[in-house]
Amino acid sequence: MAGVAVSTTINGDNVEFLCQPDETLLDVLRDRLGLTGAKEGCGTGDCGACSIILDDRLVCSCLVLGAEAEGRHLETIEGMAHGDRLHPLQQKFLEHAALQCGVCTPGFLMAAKDLLAKNPDPTEEEIRFGLAGNLCRCTGYDKIVRAVQDAASVMKQA
Amino acid sequence: MNFDPRYSGRNFTSVGTRPIRPDGVDKVTGRARYGADFNMAGQLVGRVLRSPHAHATIRKIDTSKAEKLAGVKAVITAADLPDLTDGDAAMYDILDNCMARKKALYDGHAVAAVAAVDARTAKQALKLIEVDYEVLPHVTDVDEAMKHSAPLINDAIFTEGLEEKPVKPSNVTKRTQYGHGDIHEGFGQADFVVERSFKTEQTHQGYIEPHACVANVSSDGTADLWVCTQGHFVYRQHCAQLLGMEASKLRVTSSEIGGGFGGKTHVWAEPVALALSRKAGRPVKLVMTRDEVFRASGPTSATSIDVRIGARKDGTITAAEATLRYSCGPYAGMWAEIGAMTAFACYKLENVKTVGYEVLVNRPKTAAYRAPSAPMAAFAVESAVDELAKEIGMDPVEFRIRNAAQEGTRSSYGPVYGPIGIGPTLEAAKNHPHMKAPLGKNQGRGMACGFWFNFGGQTCTDLNIGMDGSVSLAVGTVDVGGSRASLSLVAAEELGIPYEQIKTVVADTSSLGYNDMTDGSRGTFSSSMATISAARNAIKILRERAAQMWDIPVDDVVWEEGHAIAKGATHGNLSPLSLKEIAAASGKTGGPIAGHSELVADGAGVSFATHICDIEVDPETGSTRVLRYTVVQDAGKAVHPTYVEGQYQGGAAQGIGWALNEEYIYGKDGRLQNPGFLDYRIPVCSDLPMIDTQILEIPNPNHPYGVRGVGETSIVPPLAAIANAVSNAAGVRMTHIPMSPPRILAAIEAERGG
Repeated sequence: MAGVAVSTTINGDNVEFLCQPDETLLDVLRDRLGLTGAKEGCGTGDCGACSIILDDRLVCSCLVLGAEAEGRHLETIEGMAHGDRLHPLQQKFLEHAALQCGVCTPGFLMAAKDLLAKNPDPTEEEIRFGLAGNLCRCTGYDKIVRAVQDAASVMKQA
Repeated sequence: MNFDPRYSGRNFTSVGTRPIRPDGVDKVTGRARYGADFNMAGQLVGRVLRSPHAHATIRKIDTSKAEKLAGVKAVITAADLPDLTDGDAAMYDILDNCMARKKALYDGHAVAAVAAVDARTAKQALKLIEVDYEVLPHVTDVDEAMKHSAPLINDAIFTEGLEEKPVKPSNVTKRTQYGHGDIHEGFGQADFVVERSFKTEQTHQGYIEPHACVANVSSDGTADLWVCTQGHFVYRQHCAQLLGMEASKLRVTSSEIGGGFGGKTHVWAEPVALALSRKAGRPVKLVMTRDEVFRASGPTSATSIDVRIGARKDGTITAAEATLRYSCGPYAGMWAEIGAMTAFACYKLENVKTVGYEVLVNRPKTAAYRAPSAPMAAFAVESAVDELAKEIGMDPVEFRIRNAAQEGTRSSYGPVYGPIGIGPTLEAAKNHPHMKAPLGKNQGRGMACGFWFNFGGQTCTDLNIGMDGSVSLAVGTVDVGGSRASLSLVAAEELGIPYEQIKTVVADTSSLGYNDMTDGSRGTFSSSMATISAARNAIKILRERAAQMWDIPVDDVVWEEGHAIAKGATHGNLSPLSLKEIAAASGKTGGPIAGHSELVADGAGVSFATHICDIEVDPETGSTRVLRYTVVQDAGKAVHPTYVEGQYQGGAAQGIGWALNEEYIYGKDGRLQNPGFLDYRIPVCSDLPMIDTQILEIPNPNHPYGVRGVGETSIVPPLAAIANAVSNAAGVRMTHIPMSPPRILAAIEAERGG
C-alpha cells in the first residue's frame, strides 16, 4: 500500500514523513519519528498517556491519524523543556514527586500545560476535572494536583 | 564479611530528606525508556492469537496459511515450546499459561503467535491461523466452581490438605488452615456474635504500561531480553528453563517499568517472544494491547468469605473464625492461604481459626496484586469487627485498640510479633482531627486496619568508587517507584558523602548476582540492607588505603563524615583524608575501590495501617463520593518520606477504585465483557480528594536503620474502611465489593422494603 506524504511541524521543527492511511499519529511519532515520549496505555483514548497538543488542542494521539497532521502544529513532551531548562510544570513534578513509575507523566504534563494555557489560575476542582482524561495508577493524584497548583503560581509570577 | 543487620539508633543526615530522584529528569522529558520504547535493527513485530472460548479442547491448529503470507517470518504454537519442565508442576503451569497446550482454559488464553515484518502483516497472519476448538462447559464464579456439579477444569486435581485423600477430582486444589486455641470454647464465652458472608469481585492491577519486551535469540545460543518486569533475574530463570537455555546465556535488562503492583512478577509473553525470535532468527518486539492485558494478565482473586466473631460485653474478642474461598484462575495458587494468614493478623486472639480454599475457575491466572489476598480478607473481617463494635455499643476505634495485637502477641498465622505498629496507628487515628470533623446528611465515616507481612530475600549490590570519588551503586531490585532515590540516600548516609555524589542504577542480569524480584514491599528494605553492607565493606577498604597512605596501622583509622581520620596521640598532625582524596590515589594503593554485598535480607518487619474515610451516598442513585481520606501507617523508618507518602496515597487510591467501581464482568458465554479502561473504570483525578498521610516510625529491629517495607499495606484497609463508611452513610451493611451504584441502591431498597 502506498504511503501518504505528510508535512507538519513538531515542536517548532518542520518534519516530513510517509505513513499508511490507517496509521495513528501515535504510531507515527513512536515508530517512525523516534518520539517515544508519548506512550500507548490503551489505544482507545481512555488513558491519556499519548496526549499531545495539536494546534492548541489537547488530543489523544492514538485517536488521530498520522495523515491528519498535514499542515498542523504538534507539541509533544520532547519539546516541553527549553534546552536544559525545564518547564515549571516539569520542575514542580520533580519537586513534588508527582510521579512514581512515570509512564503517565508525559501525558499529564501535556494535559497540565494545556490546562494552564487556558486557565492560568485554576481551582483544585478545575485541575481535577481538567486532568480527568489522564489515568495515573501510582500516585492517587494528590501530588500531581499539588505540583500543578505550585507550577501555576510560579508561572503567574513569571 | 560479617554484617550485623540489627537496628542501632542513630542521627540521620541523608536518610529522611526529600531530594529529587536520580531518574526524574528523564521521566519528565519523555526520555526514559519503558518496555515498548526500545528497538533493535531488523526487529519483527510479534502478535499472539488468543482463545475466544472460556474452556475448550484444542483439537488442531493449522498455521499453514499464515506461514505462507508474505512478510511472516515465524508462526509458533505450543509445539514450539516443548515441555522441558521435568515434572515441575508450577513451571508446567507457567508454560501452559504462556501457550495453551491441550485446552484453552480462559477467554484470552494464548494459542499461537506470529512474528512478521510489521504490525499489519502480523494481524493479518493471526486471522489466517485456523484453530479447531471443541467448546467445553465453563465456570467463572468461585462459589459455582466449588459445587460438585461444576465443570471440571483439570481432572488431575485432587484437593490437597484434606484429612482423607479424595477419590474424585475437584476444582478445589487445596485446603489450608491457620489459627490456635479452641474457637468452640471461645464462642461459648461470647456475649455477642456477628456472622456474615461477603463477596469481592476480581480486579486488575491496572498498570498504565502494557507488558512489552524485545527478544533477541542469536544463532550461537545466547539471547538478550529487554522487558518491563518487577524481577529480571526471575524472568531470566523462568525463560531459560522454559526454552532450555542456560541462565547465564540469557541476559535480561529491565526497562523502566510503567507500574506493576505484582502483575509484572509473572512471565506472560516473554517466553513466546523468545521462541518467535529463535524460530525467525531475528529480534522480535512483543507488546500487549490493553485488551490483552485485561484478558490474559493480572488479575487478583474473586472471593467469597464467611466470618464469625464473638466478644464479651466488655469488648474483648473471645473467638474469631473465617472461611475464605479465592479464585486462582485455571492453575493452582496459594491465594486463599495468604488470605487465611492475614485475615486476623491485626488482633490479639486466644481462639482463632481460618480455613482457605483455592478454587480453579475459567478466568486468567490469578497474579499477585499489592499485598495479594489481604484486602479481601480485611474487608470481611473489618466489616464484621465494625458491626460487632456497634452491637456491643463501643466506638469502633476503641474496640480495635482493646483487641489490637502487641509485641509478644502470637499472631493468628503463627509467629510471635516483635515491636509492631497496629496499636500506635489506631491511637494516631483516634487522635486525628479527621475523626472529630462534622459529617453532613447522607455522609458516613468508616475506618479499618490492615496488615502485610513484607518480604526480604536474596539481594546483591555493587558499590563502586570512581577515581574522582563519585559512587556508582548497582542494584538488582527493579525500581518501581523511587527506590533509586532511597538507595542513593542510604549509600550517602553510610559513606557520609552528599546524595549528589552517588548514582544508583538497576543492573542487568549479566552484571550483578541474583536478586529476587521487587515484590512483598522488599525493594528498599532488602536493597538498602545490601547497600549498607556494601558501603561498610567499601569503608573497610577506604580505611586500609588511608592507613597505607599515612603508613600507620589500619586500626588507628576511623571513618567519619566521608573522611578517614587518624586516631591516637601520635597521629595528631595528620589531616583527615576525604573519600575523593583516597579514591584519587587508589591507582597507587592497590587499585579500584569497591564494596560488594550478597545476602539474604531476613527479618522484614511486619507492617500495619489504619485508614479513615468519609463517604457521601446519594440514596436516590446509589452513587458515592469520597469526601476525605486519611492514611496512618508505620514505615519503620521513612528513607525518602515523600515517596513513602506516595506509596500510602497510591495504595489508598487503588483500594478506593476496588471498593467502589472496579470489577471483571463475565458474560454467560464466559467472555470478559469489559477489557478496557472505558468499562473497567479506575479512579480518575476528579473522583478523589487529597489523600492525607501520617507516617509513624516504629523501628524494625532487623534492619540497621529500622526500615520496613511500605508499598503494599496501604491497599489493605480501604475496601473495609469504605464499606464501613458507606454502610454508615446508607444505613445498611454492604457485603459485596465493588459497591457500585446499582449494588448500593439495591441494598438501600432491600432495607427499605424489609
